[in-house]
Amino acid sequence: MSHNIPAELRYSKSDEWVRTEGDELVIGVSDFAQDQLGDIVYLELPKVGATIAPGDSFGAIESVKASSDLYAPVGGEVVAVNTELESNQEAINKDPYGAGWLIRVRPSGAEEEGMMDAAGYAAYCEDRAH
Amino acid sequence: MLKRTPLYEKHVAAGARMVEFGGWEMPVQYSGIIDEHTAVRQQAGLFDISHMGRLMVRGNQAEEFLQHVVTCDVAAIPLGQASYGLLCNPDGGIVDDIFIYHLPEEYLVVVNASNREKDWQWLHAHAEGFDVEIVGRSERWAMLALQGPGAAEVLTQAEEIGAGSLSLLPFHGVALSALFGYTTLVARTGYAGEDGFELFFDAEQAEAFWDKLVDLGAKPCGLGARDSLRFEPCLSLYSHEISDTINPYEARLGWVVKLDKGDFIGRAALAAIKAAGPARRLTGFEMLGRGVARGDYPVHNLAGEPVGYVTTGMPAPTLGRPLGMAYVPTALSAEGSEFDIIIREKPVRARAIKMPFYKPRYKK
Repeated sequence: MSHNIPAELRYSKSDEWVRTEGDELVIGVSDFAQDQLGDIVYLELPKVGATIAPGDSFGAIESVKASSDLYAPVGGEVVAVNTELESNQEAINKDPYGAGWLIRVRPSGAEEEGMMDAAGYAAYCEDRAH
Repeated sequence: MLKRTPLYEKHVAAGARMVEFGGWEMPVQYSGIIDEHTAVRQQAGLFDISHMGRLMVRGNQAEEFLQHVVTCDVAAIPLGQASYGLLCNPDGGIVDDIFIYHLPEEYLVVVNASNREKDWQWLHAHAEGFDVEIVGRSERWAMLALQGPGAAEVLTQAEEIGAGSLSLLPFHGVALSALFGYTTLVARTGYAGEDGFELFFDAEQAEAFWDKLVDLGAKPCGLGARDSLRFEPCLSLYSHEISDTINPYEARLGWVVKLDKGDFIGRAALAAIKAAGPARRLTGFEMLGRGVARGDYPVHNLAGEPVGYVTTGMPAPTLGRPLGMAYVPTALSAEGSEFDIIIREKPVRARAIKMPFYKPRYKK
């Protein structure tokens, strides 16, 4: 099973992706992550204005079968939250890198160590798909 | 090495996602849990449940033996009918929940996949002194569940002898039939809260049988949907709502215990538990705060003290919101009682609601 792993993004070990837009970062979950979870039916995201700490849980996404914590690949202030997802969680399944984005952050420091480029993340996914 | 059913290759070829369950490598989903769940509520879904244990109990004292080991009244099961029952230990804890099918000259007993070996040992250990023979059928027979309001229509098309007669089979009825020309034991039983059938037939035919039912419109379903479908009508799952250390009265299964049928294993303990009233009860709840409760999450009372745990919780697909079942002190089990579920170390308020969450739509 091959997953979509856009070349221009950076990826965390906990399957979040990060995209730089100006001096802000957009964060979501990868195609691999949504596929592993299955139909996403519930999510918890921080509020606009909240501060998230690097490496800490900033929310959760849940399918019927499982829940998955969301970990911040970078610390900073949440400047936008994808409120469209409240009534349309399936966007995370259908378009994880587009309409399924989760939060937009103004970073307060460097990204966590161990972030991967697309090639590195592809290998990381491959390893776990056994 | 995980065990595999006769349909393993078929599941993999169809692109199902395989997972470990009770020592078995089983499909958790085909097209997606929600899609499969909805198909069963609205039309018909097909499950490979060959991992469940099947055994025959026969001999001159088959009925007496079963009366001794199960809590339901086996003598009251008419020929051609099936009954839900519990095996209990002398303390009243539940060894397993089972289905007993009364066939001519013998009983078919279906047990949970994860308890196959335990039940086999348990039954043999208590068979001493009874003129009975216990014969395994788990390997020789495959077992499928065809569930949903459209299941009877699918079976009618599959019947080649006496077409249409199976749609007249009563709830929990069991009959020998021929589907696609294969001799099949057909029971109007299931685990989804819908009308439906469970089918027993020669394992050699499993792949052909599966394909033919799918061709008639039954949607392949995995264990994920099986779990969400049983959760909504609050049907127990062994090692979650019931276990060796949980008694039937706590689990709201007192209706399966017939204390007046005569002696059986666990009767004295169960009579005492019933008289005293259970200290904790399985309790359905909805979330008042945001969050999804999951199995094993702690339950605290409003004073912040740990008082119980969640057995199963999930966003219920048909009901469209997160619900759960938990063991809480009896005083907290009344409808409207509030308590906290500890979700990722934070208390989230929940409220006890009526069970079942989804009213089963069995054919009566």
